[in-house]
Amino acid sequence: MSEPTPGITTTLEALHAAVREGRASNDPQRLLDLVPYARFLGLGCTREGERLIVTMRFAPSLIGDASIQALHGGTLAGLLESTASFHALFVSEITGMPKTISLTIDYLRSARAVDTHCEAIVIRQGRRFVVIQVRAYQDDREQPVAMANVKLKVG
Amino acid sequence: MSDEPKSMWSAEMASQIDNAWRDLVPHNAALGIEVIRIRVGEVWTRLPWAEKLVGNPATGVIHGGALSTLLDASGGLAVATRIGRPSPIATLDLRIDSMRPAERGKDIQVHMECYAVTRSVAFVRGVAYHEDESDPVATCAATFARKGGDKAERKKDGA
Repeated sequence: MSEPTPGITTTLEALHAAVREGRASNDPQRLLDLVPYARFLGLGCTREGERLIVTMRFAPSLIGDASIQALHGGTLAGLLESTASFHALFVSEITGMPKTISLTIDYLRSARAVDTHCEAIVIRQGRRFVVIQVRAYQDDREQPVAMANVKLKVG
Repeated sequence: MSDEPKSMWSAEMASQIDNAWRDLVPHNAALGIEVIRIRVGEVWTRLPWAEKLVGNPATGVIHGGALSTLLDASGGLAVATRIGRPSPIATLDLRIDSMRPAERGKDIQVHMECYAVTRSVAFVRGVAYHEDESDPVATCAATFARKGGDKAERKKDGA
């Protein structure tokens, strides 16, 4: 695939620049907007002090079980993994693009047809690998619908 | 078992299941997941490469979330074929190990197997690849809760 595909012609340099600008202006949404899959899922990003919150806005296309109007587990996986990567980029301030090595998700409750939020904490940051724990919740931050441990290669 | 022609469901049946599945699961349809082959306890699925699924705009690699969705959906379908009748299930946990990034412009295929079922839990494992199953992009293990599975089994057992 040597021909550039419209919309994803961003270079690695441009991507790094977006990360730097996003950090400098404390506006991670700028990088999120460059990622087609983040747009597809409807992800938005806000900072609340040190906290970085990624929100997946509800849309009917996110439904996984039409009979009970529950979100698809895969959309939660996408939200959890995206949040881990964004946390690594914006809070841990790693230099390279994080690559997921492994991902272990626990589904805790049925996720309803509403907005879902996600936050991460770094469990261990090494030079090559970062272990991040992420939690996704809906109305109540103390009642997560899913959580995950994500191991990212960053060096 | 694999050379038993009866054990492989017909292409027509796979196509019917594909259609029903897409109707019941809007997000599978939104992603473009296709059912390729199917037999009891085993499914082969495909996610065509699409620009909207790209996770790294500099490399064109599909986002891990799209792959997770394909694996989760395929696991659920493998469980359904093993149970053999409509039965509500929910993913309990899902582990994915990534061997290498998926390549730009290439479809991702998944082969998923439901290798054990108890009254309350079903166990699956599978592999994601481009052309060759022995050269995986990722491997996966997952468990699914069988909602109301206990009741159905007890009825079957006459208990």
